[in-house]
Amino acid sequence: MKAAGPAQERERQRRALRRDLAILAAAAAATVVLLVLYPERRPLAVRTIWDYLAEMLQVLPAIVILMGLFAVWVTRDQVTRHLGHVSGLRGAAVALVLGALPTGPLYVAFPIARGLLDKGASTANVIIFLSAWACLKLPQEIMELRFLGLEFMLLRLGLTAGFVLLMGTLIGAVVRRQEGKPSRTPSMEEN
Amino acid sequence: MSVTVIVINALAVAGLGVSLARDRGKTLAALQVALRSALRLGPIILLVVLLIGLLFAFLPPDRLSALLGERSGVAGVLLAAALGAVLHIPALISFPLAGSLREMGASVTTVAAFITTLTMIGIVTLPVEIRELGRTRALLRNALSLAGALAIAAIMGLIL
Repeated sequence: MKAAGPAQERERQRRALRRDLAILAAAAAATVVLLVLYPERRPLAVRTIWDYLAEMLQVLPAIVILMGLFAVWVTRDQVTRHLGHVSGLRGAAVALVLGALPTGPLYVAFPIARGLLDKGASTANVIIFLSAWACLKLPQEIMELRFLGLEFMLLRLGLTAGFVLLMGTLIGAVVRRQEGKPSRTPSMEEN
Repeated sequence: MSVTVIVINALAVAGLGVSLARDRGKTLAALQVALRSALRLGPIILLVVLLIGLLFAFLPPDRLSALLGERSGVAGVLLAAALGAVLHIPALISFPLAGSLREMGASVTTVAAFITTLTMIGIVTLPVEIRELGRTRALLRNALSLAGALAIAAIMGLIL
């Protein structure tokens, strides 16, 4: 698997942080200018910013702590090992659950997905895993629960999970027909 | 403080407690990851909060609901879906943003379409996805996700 080295990853994160800080500074300057130019909008803007900030700070520490705990106790190796050799309905369920565990951003998931395909995991399961990774992240759901409500969250998660399973199966069938094989050509790579 | 907030924080504290009881070193490592995540997310969160404040203060509610509300119809849903597909912001941040849009008059359907395309479709990451998974899988996954997102949004609009 072609995961980036830790030093490279740290450098990438540092660059991303610098970029985010620059954008934030520009946005803060723009906000100040706008609120100076339009004083009558100030109370509503300030109150809204304050309210949303307070709401986020009430759940953010818990979210990052849960992310940290998951990152340490459920490693990527464990995830790949589980997905490599299960198939059928059970495999699909495992792919869905493992994808939903918070183990990093989507761009990390692509090389993992590639590795899974190389090891012979089915296209269907890899697509399910990837899609679940993209849109069913457990700690993030705290934010959805907080800002959009339980009904919205449960309905969206249920529909999305159902759709992801369906889509995985469909793409698996298309790829199988195209290649005449259950998965992409497995590489010689061991383990 | 709401029940949700209490439950969530209790969950995090309980998790930390169990982790600490089982392995001190791992727990410290987890806290380090947590701190790094917080630093990484901090600027983006502040950015979105500013954006929400400006939206509330400067965008007239009737303008927003004309764009993304019940009256906006299919055009509003397609607009939200397109925005979600193109934008590359963390899902974590999309929920407060979506919540604020909802509060300002966006409909359930448009908000659901936005969140679903945002998380499932990645135009920015598409080249990487094609390289790693092959053209068929990557293109099919993104195209079907768009169709799925619209279907999910429509169903949610009907139910909620």
